[in-house]
This record gives sequence, structure tokens and C-alpha cells, in this order.
Amino acid sequence: MADSAKWRERLGRAWYKFSRNRLSVVGLVLVVGIILLALLAPVVVPYPEHAGAFVDYANANLPPSRTYLFGTDVFGRDIFSRTIFAFRGALIMAIGVLVTVVPLGSFLGLVAGYFKGTRLEAFIMRITDVFLALPPLILALAICAMLRPTLFNSMMAVCVSWWPWYTRLVYGMARSVRSEFYVLAAEVAGASKAHILFREILPNCMAPIFTKMALDVGWVILVGAGLSFVGLGEQPPTPALGTMVSDGAKYLPHLWWNSVFPAIAIMVMVLSFNLLGDGIRDMLAREEA
Amino acid sequence: MRLGVKRLPDDGLLEVRDLKKYFPTKRKGVFVRAVDGVSFRLKRGEVLGLVGESGSGKSTTAYTILGVYEPTAGQILFKGQDISTGLARRPLALKKEIQIVFQDPGTSLNPSRTIGQILGVPLAVHRIGTRAERQQRIAELLRLVELPVDFMYKYPRAIGGGERQMVAIARALATNPSLVVLDEPTSALDVSVQAKIINMLMKLQRELHLTYLFISHDLSLMRNVATRVAVMYLGKICEEASTPELFANPLHPYTQMLLSSIPVVSKAEEATKPKRIRSTGEIPSPVDVPPGCGFHPRCPFRTEACSREEPAMREVEEGHFVRCHLLGAGVPGDGQIH
Repeated sequence: MADSAKWRERLGRAWYKFSRNRLSVVGLVLVVGIILLALLAPVVVPYPEHAGAFVDYANANLPPSRTYLFGTDVFGRDIFSRTIFAFRGALIMAIGVLVTVVPLGSFLGLVAGYFKGTRLEAFIMRITDVFLALPPLILALAICAMLRPTLFNSMMAVCVSWWPWYTRLVYGMARSVRSEFYVLAAEVAGASKAHILFREILPNCMAPIFTKMALDVGWVILVGAGLSFVGLGEQPPTPALGTMVSDGAKYLPHLWWNSVFPAIAIMVMVLSFNLLGDGIRDMLAREEA
Repeated sequence: MRLGVKRLPDDGLLEVRDLKKYFPTKRKGVFVRAVDGVSFRLKRGEVLGLVGESGSGKSTTAYTILGVYEPTAGQILFKGQDISTGLARRPLALKKEIQIVFQDPGTSLNPSRTIGQILGVPLAVHRIGTRAERQQRIAELLRLVELPVDFMYKYPRAIGGGERQMVAIARALATNPSLVVLDEPTSALDVSVQAKIINMLMKLQRELHLTYLFISHDLSLMRNVATRVAVMYLGKICEEASTPELFANPLHPYTQMLLSSIPVVSKAEEATKPKRIRSTGEIPSPVDVPPGCGFHPRCPFRTEACSREEPAMREVEEGHFVRCHLLGAGVPGDGQIH
């Protein structure tokens, strides 16, 4: 009873902090909308069959109209339906990458930070530095180019270039938390390494991890779109935002709707996740104070 | 009030023999001699006050006993067993026996864990009781330090500084340790709660028959809490005696200096102090320790021998140890003390 009331109060305070910035609320609404659209794509979209290998040359290259909201492409497929379906790939990409990268990168950073001054720290951090020295998109491109172009492979490629950022972040946090007296107290009590890493140090590194995660969703989507733009991602006929932009680019400017609408979709996705991320950052930052 | 139990000869709990802890510096072959040959014995039920200025090595001594640092040389015997190693190589059962209360409860309690979780750590680590029994023990510990039991659901930031220190004390006592190191447990707190913490510590010491190694820079506090006091200077103990003896008959010039610089209010209090020996200079860096007696650059009674030869620890009366050259030729400040 008292517990649930306390939780409600905490949630209320968190919401207050989050919603103080109107744009974060806009971001939240957009993100929820995007996720719902992606999940319910087969139901909400006017032409679900257009998301696959569908051809209707009679209706090809039509400009935006009431029947085809974003117009049709060279095969006569509804660009609106394909854009909504492409959200799925973009979201799977972002979730897949972050679910892999955050625990892995954070764990390495945690270990390196706790064992500061040892060879283990030097080993982990030098490898991290090597990966950090390469721009993520370039590295991902190089890895993708070696593998067969699939959504899964492009996710792996982004993961490889993304984990060091979390290692770096958590390493810095863990290094400073490590010398707090409560860690020493746990050591004096005889607590195990696992307890100290995950119960004493990690909880104090969570706020920046969450913040970075929230802000990274947009960036991963952008890199994913970049990969599919050069053809290294989800393969046709499955729609991918980057592929749609690059395919349509051939017909600019007169068939502009081919690339402009998917491009706007990328922009809206990245923007709304970033707005949401900003809100989460504000919420957690003030929670700490 | 102290334990009135007559002590048996084998009641030694902790013995430190010629303990040294040097830390390397950036320059090769140059060391910070934080602890440089400390020896003392701690009996069961005793409160040993370890007093000194900052940089005197009192905390390093305590942390080395605790196992946070590996000793450079010397021995630490606990219940007759050699424990001169770092924490990593100490058996779990030993960690149950020696606990610590840190100076600042603001940093010694994990801000993202509840008081209950914090108190549960030592219990879980040493597998004391079942989950439900541990919960009871946590409540019991909170009652022991006179905190409301529902504090276990609170986070450290939600309670006051004095209450936090009470939690830190409860955590130290969770495993029923026989030795508790108190590292300046009141110096980070408001004056208004300091007395409360001290009273609680002394009450617990009496009731649970605890042994304290009480680190402090506050000599006047020691008068009320310690059974014995050891004064440290530059990594060495310069004088050690029972509390009444030390305050009535301080023999080392440094102890005299410390005692005479305790601020007092009344004339009656003034009369209890040795005549003012002006405190001059500061403690030298433990990196370049002066030759001979470490205190000689500040000592008003220094002789030529002081800068040349290091004085040895001498037992001038039973249980009263002093490290000073001048004692052979009579007490230096003798005329000024009484």
C-alpha cells in the first residue's frame, strides 16, 4: 500500500521533470506514434501488399494524391505504405543494436574501471581506443562490405562500431565511483567482485547509460539508414528508408516524392527519438541532484 | 565508565609489530613513509585512541590493519594469527571480525541503495541467517542504534548526517565484529550531533564489549573515550600511555604541544594543561623525513643529538612509552608541567 503510493509519487515527480520541456512531450508522442504505426503496419496501412514484391505499372509514378498519400514509385507501389513498413526495420535495427551494445559495452567499461591500474584495464581500454579512433559509419560500412547485405549483418556491423562508446562512458563513471568509501566498505565486509560491480558501482552509473541510450536510438537509425542508402542493409523488395531515398534519388527532381517522403520519415524518426532522449536526460539529471 | 572486568594476560586482541607502509612516488626510489615502524597492542574491550595531525599516518595505520593496504614490513597479529596481508588474501571469516566506520557517512553509504540493502550486505556476504532472519536482524540493528525501523526503506539522502553515521555504525556491527576501527567518525558531522554519535559509540562499546581503534585528531575527545592513547607523528608513535596518565603526565614535547593547544574556556581547565608550548611549524612531508627524531625541527627542547640519532621507544613507567632523547637526561618540560 505505502509502497505503491510512494511509487506513484516518484513517477509523478519524474513526469513533472520530464514534461517541463514541452518538446520532450512532443518527442514522446511522436515516438509512441511511430512504434504503434510500425507494430500495426499491416492494419493501418492502405496497401499492405505494396510492402513486398508488388508491381502495378498502370499506377506507377503517380504524384501524391488522396489515394496514394505519398505518391507511387516506379513499380506503382504506394510510398506511404512502404514508408510505414520501413519503420519496422529501422526500429528493429535500433533495438537490436542497443540491446547488444549497452550491456556488452557497459560491462567492459565497468570491469576496466573497477580494475583500474591493472593490465586488464589497459587491455580493455586500448582495444576500445582503437575502435573509437574509427568513425562508426566508416567502420560499419567496411564490415558490411565484407558480409552479405542483410538487416542482421548491418546490425552486427553497427554493434561493432558502437560498443566502445558505452565502454568509455561507463569506464569513466566506474573509475570515480570505485574510489568511493561505500565500495571500500563493501570490500572490507568481504563482498564478492560481482556484488561490488553490479550492486555497488553499476547502479550509480545507470543515469548516464539511460541518457545515452535514449539519445542513441536516433543516431543508430540514422547510421542504419546510411548503410541501406548505399545498399548494405535490408534488401529489396523489403522496404528500407535509406534504400527508398537512394532509389528515388535517380528520379529527382521531377519524381521528388520517391525520396523526399522517406527522407522526411528518417528525419522525423531521428528528431523524435532525440527529443525524447533530451527529456529523459533532463529527468534523470535532475533526479540525481 | 569502562569495563571493570579484570583482564587476563591473554586478553590481547590485536598486536601490531613494527608496521611499515611506504607508498611509491613518481620519483624512483623515493617513498612516502606514511607508517614507519608502528607497534602497539590492543586488548579486548579496550579503546585505543590513535591521535595525530593530518599526514601523521594514523589513517594509513588503520587501513593497513583493515587490509585495505598491504603492509610494506612488519606484522599484524589478530587473536594471535598473522594477518599481515591485503584484503584479497584474507579469509572471509576474518573480514567478519574487523570492521570500520568511515569519517563521512555521506560517501560511505551507497546513494542508490536503501538503508535496508546497505545493512543487508555484510549479512548476506557472511551468510548469516535466512532471508527473513536477515530482515529481522536489519531491524534489530536499526533499533540498536536507536533509529526507527522503517528507515530500512529509505535512501541515505533522505536522512540526516548524524542518522547516516548511525547507519554506518550499524553496518559495522552487523557481523558482530570483535574489533571496530573508527576513522574520525565525528569530524564530518555537525557539532550538534557529534556528542550523540560519541555517546552511542561508547554505549555500544560497553554493552557489546567491543574493542575500538579510535582514530582522531582531537586529543581532548580522547580524554573522554579512550582507555589508552597513542600519539602519532610522521608515521611513528611518539608517546603511548593510559588516558589518565597521558593527560596528567605528558612526556613527549609533541604531546605537550598538542595538549597545550587544546582551546579551553575556564581557568580551571587551563590549570589542567601543561604550560603553553607554542605550536610552531607544520608536520614535515613524509617523503623527506628529517634525520634523527622526526619532531626535532619543531621541538623547543631539541639538542644536537636529536637531529643526528633517532630516539628509541622507552618504557618510562609501566605502560607509558615515550620516544624522546631528552628523557634519559630528565624530562624536558619537567619544570613547566606541574
